[in-house]
Amino acid sequence: MSSTEVWKTPAELELIIQRTAAELSYLLETRASNAPIMIGIHTGGVWVAERLHRNLGLDDPLGRLDISFYRDDFTRIGLHPQVRPSDLPVPLDDRHVILVDDVLQTGRTIRAALNVLFDYGRPASVILVTLAERDGRELPIEPNVVGLHARLQPGQQIKLTGPAPLELVLGQCPRERLRKPLPSSPTDE
Amino acid sequence: MNRTNIQLDGQGNLKHFLTVEGLGRDLLTQILDKAEGFLGVAQQAVKKVPLCRGKVVANLFFETSTRTRTTFELAAKRLSADVLNLNISTSATAKGETLLDTLRNLEAMHVDMFVVRHAESGAAHFIAAHAEPHVSVINAGDGRHSHPTQGMLDMFTIRRHKGDFANLCVAVVGDILHSRVARSQLAALRALGAGEVRVIAPRTLIPAEAETLGARVFYDLREGVREADVVIMLRLQRERMRGALLPSEHEYFQLFGLTEERLSTAKRDAIVMHPGPINRGVEMDSQVADGPRSVILEQVSNGIAVRMAVMSMCIGTQNLQGQRHTDA
Repeated sequence: MSSTEVWKTPAELELIIQRTAAELSYLLETRASNAPIMIGIHTGGVWVAERLHRNLGLDDPLGRLDISFYRDDFTRIGLHPQVRPSDLPVPLDDRHVILVDDVLQTGRTIRAALNVLFDYGRPASVILVTLAERDGRELPIEPNVVGLHARLQPGQQIKLTGPAPLELVLGQCPRERLRKPLPSSPTDE
Repeated sequence: MNRTNIQLDGQGNLKHFLTVEGLGRDLLTQILDKAEGFLGVAQQAVKKVPLCRGKVVANLFFETSTRTRTTFELAAKRLSADVLNLNISTSATAKGETLLDTLRNLEAMHVDMFVVRHAESGAAHFIAAHAEPHVSVINAGDGRHSHPTQGMLDMFTIRRHKGDFANLCVAVVGDILHSRVARSQLAALRALGAGEVRVIAPRTLIPAEAETLGARVFYDLREGVREADVVIMLRLQRERMRGALLPSEHEYFQLFGLTEERLSTAKRDAIVMHPGPINRGVEMDSQVADGPRSVILEQVSNGIAVRMAVMSMCIGTQNLQGQRHTDA
């Protein structure tokens, strides 16, 4: 992003995350999803998941997922420069999984994340929690719990910065990225 | 094409991996970092990632190999590539086909990557120089020259145990003269900034340029491994020796074979490495090879992750070229 401004402050995000945790907790209850496993998507999703995980007091440790090897733009832009090891400390088979990401836009990150999950095992169910959701979906993927719905102008982008404090910053796409189809759109960043 | 380094594309991305030399610390560190990510694939229920789906990798082994060929094959398969294993000694070359003709035929089958092992130094480089621009070449060992993925998997293993290279003392023991593995290790250790590098061998097995490779030369094993953090043993390359360089394997073991007793001068937490295959009772005692400080089998597992990293980086670079057409 060429220029950025703070869009949601750490204090605002703290409240949003608390509300999201409450909503998530209610959803888990109504669905009777016992003993769920929470998994954050690198990097922003992990930051959000760490807070939700603490808030919900889940028993199993937090999982961390890197989707670099499953991205659909490898054939266009090559290997993502920053690859972190995925870390799923608990077997997923027959467990209820809460997948957490920061910003949902195209849906491609989530498509990739689901593929990673299923290469680790067969979860009983997966629900998707995102801190923010915006327009621009390119795949039929919708979150189950959303912190906030962002209404943005064309060319505007939001990005989570962290890990502490968390801030959502608002910026403008560089012009060249607006003209051609976004080469790195699958990150939703 | 970047004339200064055939291994890189115009933007400095890895396109071929022929030698550690000339790649620099950043790129080597990038390989190690990426390998770290691939290590986790072995933990998945489905030990595969879809990165290189639809790509074809041909293993061209003009020289025998078990470990290297199988780990390259496994690495390619874990990346979801299709793998062709060409047993060259029983195929076209034996019927008189030239290397270039073999190459052209494989290119006509739309192979995207060649993994080459050859007894002649420079063979992989030759293939890279003559291959179509969309093809990548990885050197899996050429003569005495280079075995870069082995060098890098050794660096990866060292880094996982010891962290930063700056304060490390690494001793390489054995047939330095004939060892392409040693050349790649020494080049990588220098590029990554290892604190002290030593080579230890009989005078007949030390190349003239050892000191220019940035290594201190020792002719006594006990002295050489003193206070070392890492001891890398090399295999005696009988098949490459011409003339009487050694009186006998037995005598070699008496002087340069690694035993627990000789290892006692190294640091307490020193690790012992060997690229394999081990000749027990020649380079090292079984007690050491199977002992608590040995990381030899870990090297094998790490080799898959490092080869996945290198292969996916090169294939990723091909994709960029496919879009830009700048490298033709």
